[in-house]
Amino acid sequence: MKYLYIVTSVSMIISIIADWKKTIKAVKISLKKMFKIMPNFLQMLIMVAIILYFIPDEVIVKYLGQSAGGIGTIFGLSFGTVTMMPGFIAFPLGGILLDKGVSYMNIAAFTTTLMIVGFVTFPVEKEYFGVKITVLRNIIGFFIAVIVTLIIGLFFGEVF
Amino acid sequence: MKNKKNIIIIGFFGFIFFSLVINYSPGLKIGENFLDFAISMLKVLPAAFLLIGLFEVWVDREIIEKHLGDDSGLKGYFWSILLASTTVGGTYVAFPIAYTLYQKGAKYSTIFTYVGAAALVRIPMTLFEASFLGIKFTMIRLGTSLPLIIITSILLEKYLKYKEIDFRKEN
Repeated sequence: MKYLYIVTSVSMIISIIADWKKTIKAVKISLKKMFKIMPNFLQMLIMVAIILYFIPDEVIVKYLGQSAGGIGTIFGLSFGTVTMMPGFIAFPLGGILLDKGVSYMNIAAFTTTLMIVGFVTFPVEKEYFGVKITVLRNIIGFFIAVIVTLIIGLFFGEVF
Repeated sequence: MKNKKNIIIIGFFGFIFFSLVINYSPGLKIGENFLDFAISMLKVLPAAFLLIGLFEVWVDREIIEKHLGDDSGLKGYFWSILLASTTVGGTYVAFPIAYTLYQKGAKYSTIFTYVGAAALVRIPMTLFEASFLGIKFTMIRLGTSLPLIIITSILLEKYLKYKEIDFRKEN
């Protein structure tokens, strides 16, 4: 996070020194783009807030504890698909799951879909890519997550 | 369409306000979730969009075309993954960046690789993952997902070209 601010500030300073007018233009473009997409971001936040109310951490811990390669993995894939969490929440949660004896495979099912499948980011993504591409991209992402989950299961000796 | 969006947003805030008034606990919890995520997003978005604005003004189209465009070859995927690994926030930051790259002449497959990689290999996130789930877990995940992202991005580009779908036509 910190380095984003550093990079942005340094870029702004260089830009201002190099060309004041161009910098003003850049700021205008940024503001216009940001306000245009704001309602979609709000929709995304609303979806996350509601979904996380129905699927809190306790529920995730409870259901991922089920069998690897079976129902527990399916829960992992489902929870990861519909929710969204920043990494600094998701991975400590993964660590807790691991301590509780949850299989690597079920954790992978959850964290990989969490990262790659964006159900709640749909309102934002479709604004840029269009509905069709967004749907296709996310379906592909889901299958990639399934493959990654299976391979994690294989490597940790949890399936077959 | 615009109206439907506004109704959802106004309805939501109405619900949260009402929950505050009558102290309705599920509503309060949802409001709290909303605030948590809104704050973490607001920490990233203004800075990210400023960078996008600067990028649009300063970076020449030729540079993007050369490195991420139709003739970029395999190196294009390398650059898009490198760019993705330094992206901050989440995929929601990657989408506007991807769209800007597209407008500057990047091809679909490098854009999809960028978005996919931004979801999977952001450096701070990956380090975090390795520390909680172990280096073996992270290495296997990266080793399988990255090649799949590149391959499926190429296939998706081929499909879109074949079907003549593009970002703008659909928007």
